[in-house]
Amino acid sequence: MEFYQRDRTLQPAGYTPIYKTSVARSPRQSLLSLRGSLSEITGPVFGQNELGPLDNDLIRNYAKDGDPIGERIIVHGRVLDENNRPVPNTLVEFWQANAGGRYRHKKDTYLAPIDPNFGGCGRALTDENGYYFFRTIKPGPYPWRNYVNSWRPAHIHFSVFGSGFAQRLITQMYFEGDPLIKECPIVHVVPDEDAINRLIAPIDLKGSVPLDTIAYKFDIVLRGRRSTLFENRLEGN
Amino acid sequence: MVQSLDYLKETASQTAGPYVHIGLIPNQAGFDIFENNFTNVLADENTRGERIIIEGRVVDGTGTPLRDALLEIWQANADGRYNHELDHQNSGKVDEDFRGWGRTGTDFDTAVYRFETIKPGVVSGRNGKDMAPHINFWIVARGINIGLNTRMYFADEQEANAADPVLNLIEQKTRRKTLIADRDDSGPIPVYRFDIILQGDGETVFFDI
Repeated sequence: MEFYQRDRTLQPAGYTPIYKTSVARSPRQSLLSLRGSLSEITGPVFGQNELGPLDNDLIRNYAKDGDPIGERIIVHGRVLDENNRPVPNTLVEFWQANAGGRYRHKKDTYLAPIDPNFGGCGRALTDENGYYFFRTIKPGPYPWRNYVNSWRPAHIHFSVFGSGFAQRLITQMYFEGDPLIKECPIVHVVPDEDAINRLIAPIDLKGSVPLDTIAYKFDIVLRGRRSTLFENRLEGN
Repeated sequence: MVQSLDYLKETASQTAGPYVHIGLIPNQAGFDIFENNFTNVLADENTRGERIIIEGRVVDGTGTPLRDALLEIWQANADGRYNHELDHQNSGKVDEDFRGWGRTGTDFDTAVYRFETIKPGVVSGRNGKDMAPHINFWIVARGINIGLNTRMYFADEQEANAADPVLNLIEQKTRRKTLIADRDDSGPIPVYRFDIILQGDGETVFFDI
């Protein structure tokens, strides 16, 4: 088994001056292309026993004396690979600002209030079909220091493992219809318009709970795999 | 018109942002939420192998250490086996007390990261060529658009390093040493110091894996 080469034309470059922080933090030398070995095709395995029962419920997993403020939403979808195969039993982690656009983080000093009932993080394991879901509050947009008047669109950060270390990915999900998406330098480090659109989750009325919680659907695609006559295992995979 | 190749496309990466700790290491963000936290300690008392500490910094192009980076490591056990179903090596056995994965952040004050683990064994590489003991690193942070992959090798494995097929792919020999961590035996447990230089003089070799 090995992974398909990552298509770098769909991925952001390291050095992207429109996103100023990348300037000093991006390597200048070329990356060394490495064909996959055991070190890349293997990766950590997680189990349901490592997750708590409320880990995928951000409405409840930090609640102290009531529900968090904001729009109640469900985010759900599948983790797939480029071959359209589900990636089962993989860890998906997510974190976000609260409805006012403030993170629960000692370094966040934005003027918006901290919500005492909202932690802003959670995690889930995909099932055998690669499906995951969680419940949360829609995050608010917030200002940041790129240009003086830069605003992040509402977004949720995602971290996904996949089946091998080479599939490891961190990305962000945006919300359909948000006018700030087209203004955001971090969004626009992605060089391909279709690739940007794939980061925008459509509203999903069929997945919504009537009179309760509106849903957004977000599928995540990791690198595809090909079976090969790898090493001494001639029967393939 | 030719048929379309029916492949999906990999989701685009985005920066982990300045607050990656909230989701992945909430203790460092300043709050406790999960019953089970992932940590920088990979080995327990039952794990086989030599105990080691890995310490270092992640330094940007201005020479300033990052205080907000998140690092993960993935490694084989003392026998050189990965705890994963795709590892079919005949040598050695899986260590049930060693997953081989850890996560931490650089410290907000000191900018130093630290892992407590064991020294891995030799792993079989492509075409049956052994790879010297190494630890796989993955680094994300604000300003890093897509996670950076690299490897740490061990300075006291000079012979194995000289034959390592990956180190030997690095055309500029002087750059090979950016992947080799020095060993310090002055404390109770050996410490390997591994600084990751993102840009400029001594820039670490990163991989497109």
